[in-house]
Amino acid sequence: MLTYLLTRVVSMLISLVAVSIIAFLIIQLPPGDFIDYLETRSIGTEPQFVSEEEVEALRAHYGLDRPLYVQYLKWASRIVFHGDFGMAFLWDQPVIHLIRERLPFTMIVAISTLLFAYVVAIPIGVYSATHQYSVGDYTATVFGFIGLAIPNFLLALILIVLMFRIFGINPSGLFSPEMEDAPWSLAKVVDMVNHLWIPMIVIGTAGTAAIIRVLRGVLLDELGKQYVVTARAKGMSEPALVFKYPVRVALNPIVSTIGWRLPQIVSGTTITAVVLNLPTLGPMLLVALESQDMFLAGAIILLLTILVLVGTFVSDILLAALDPRIRLT
Amino acid sequence: MTGPRAASDTSRDESAYLASQWQLVWRKFRRHRLALVGGTFLAMLYALALFGDFVAPYPIAERHADQANHPLQRVRFFDRGTLHLRPFVYATTPGLDTETFLRAYPLQKERRYPLRFFVRGWSYKILGLIPADRHLFGVQEGHVYLFGTDSLGRDLLSRTVHAARISLTIGLAGVGISLLLGIVLGGVSGYYGGRVDLFIQRLIEILLSIPTIPLWMGLSAALPANWPPARVYFGVVLIVSVIGWTGIARIVRGRFLQLREEDFVMAAKVTGCSDSRIIFAHLVPAFASYIIVRATLAVPAMILGETALSFLGLGLREPVVSWGTLLRDAQHVRTIFLYPWLLIPSLFVIVTVLAFNFVGDGLRDAADPYK
Repeated sequence: MLTYLLTRVVSMLISLVAVSIIAFLIIQLPPGDFIDYLETRSIGTEPQFVSEEEVEALRAHYGLDRPLYVQYLKWASRIVFHGDFGMAFLWDQPVIHLIRERLPFTMIVAISTLLFAYVVAIPIGVYSATHQYSVGDYTATVFGFIGLAIPNFLLALILIVLMFRIFGINPSGLFSPEMEDAPWSLAKVVDMVNHLWIPMIVIGTAGTAAIIRVLRGVLLDELGKQYVVTARAKGMSEPALVFKYPVRVALNPIVSTIGWRLPQIVSGTTITAVVLNLPTLGPMLLVALESQDMFLAGAIILLLTILVLVGTFVSDILLAALDPRIRLT
Repeated sequence: MTGPRAASDTSRDESAYLASQWQLVWRKFRRHRLALVGGTFLAMLYALALFGDFVAPYPIAERHADQANHPLQRVRFFDRGTLHLRPFVYATTPGLDTETFLRAYPLQKERRYPLRFFVRGWSYKILGLIPADRHLFGVQEGHVYLFGTDSLGRDLLSRTVHAARISLTIGLAGVGISLLLGIVLGGVSGYYGGRVDLFIQRLIEILLSIPTIPLWMGLSAALPANWPPARVYFGVVLIVSVIGWTGIARIVRGRFLQLREEDFVMAAKVTGCSDSRIIFAHLVPAFASYIIVRATLAVPAMILGETALSFLGLGLREPVVSWGTLLRDAQHVRTIFLYPWLLIPSLFVIVTVLAFNFVGDGLRDAADPYK
């Protein structure tokens, strides 16, 4: 187990380095840099930088005039040794401050969505497989496909409009306006939970459909196996029979694919959050990219990926712990 | 069992032995109802994209300034109790809603605009070659906006039909690139193995661990604002293919590893076939069906990707219209609330994605007809 853990940690670290390089390159791709952005923005309004020298001085200050690999090494080493992600130019604040506010909400939304997808999908998947070709099975399949086909952001828009039409409330955001700046209290948590279900449904549906498909497929294979026939012949009751063995086997591929599901959910969160105006990292990434605030955008892409890498790591460990047939080498 | 029936059964059995792999695939595919329905829808949608100018009653950029945000007009047959054999739409007059102080278009029931079919209208070229000016339908006087108009008074139906070209081809182009990359890199990975294999597999794992939308957003932010539309289109295709090839590469590699050890490959080797002949004459046909399934299922993801990027304003930009750029108008809750018809292009997105999924599902069932 220990060697397995160690190799997993090492491979995760390698992935991290690779991802950080990719994140950094993405940020470098756009032509021009933040100073150019400030310059173009200042045209028409009060010019912020008068002379060439001042522009150059700013570039030097932020290290934008150095070769690419030097910039990357500086960026990476500051993150590793000082936890310093650089400055968010537009906000004029350290990136880490901005992210610290939003990362917990991003994690709350992602994790609750993941849980929602599993809680909804597993019973439906089991039902679909045990009642193959029944009305319920077809309904689940069709709904699953529709969930897959409607773009997340669209579902969010439709839900908002429906909520507004029917209940006359605007459910966007994670808090009611009066709770936004309130200190944490039980009431605020309740308020958040009340707002959380929309992103949960919106982002969860796509994942739910995929889980139902996989679970149904594997479970159908399992149900045809001899041990199931044997157990049934021996007079075991149907629910006990289904849940005791085949479902447990069928859950395996579901657990092992958390690593694929998580990037999808984080990805879905990003765009839905823009529509729903959630205080997560997604909308901030959009603003950062639009203004070419490279340090902020890089940090967000990096952090979202770390979230996924850690999630995958945990699911691998879980799987190894759950299934004794998986050899740890 | 009676004679004739038994005879027909055996003849069917025998034809199954004689049928080629693709005939068997087609037979099995036909049995998947949803896949057939999906296939029909796709054929219709692509036909719509090809002959969009014929269907569109107005040129895409034509502005009807006095008819901004015109609601969709319903096609009717009954005029206050009288049946008309020729369908018509009611006339409207621009006015002001006294409650909301927004422009409104109350129906003028005393005036009807009958719909005419195969009418002469704006001129275009069929498939970009043959000049024509006939359109599927239109009105001789007044106006017909079956999907309503946008904030600049442009006919949404014409724009949606036109946007189908971009939205429907972007997925295909993306899959084309993904296939190329996936087969080459997956093939290299599986055929040579060793370090190359290790490197490519790690690369795939790392790419898959980056959340797609943020990655796409990051990449499309890099598309320079001054690029011509064609180049932006190509850039978006490349971006949506960044992830797509990985799945195909994995399948190709897996199949290569598996098939390399099969007897028929050994037999081919013994008879002195060259490597390239083994790969293209023996290996590729053996996994072509899986690749096609995977490719079909990859198209909708790319269409959704383009829609999402354009919706955020990071993908395609005006004057290029895709369903995503059209939906950009419906970004604000207030707008959707007032002008719900702006969401119509999303129905096309949903139908297309569903159809591709159903066809992919049917192909997956049919992929291995010998099972």
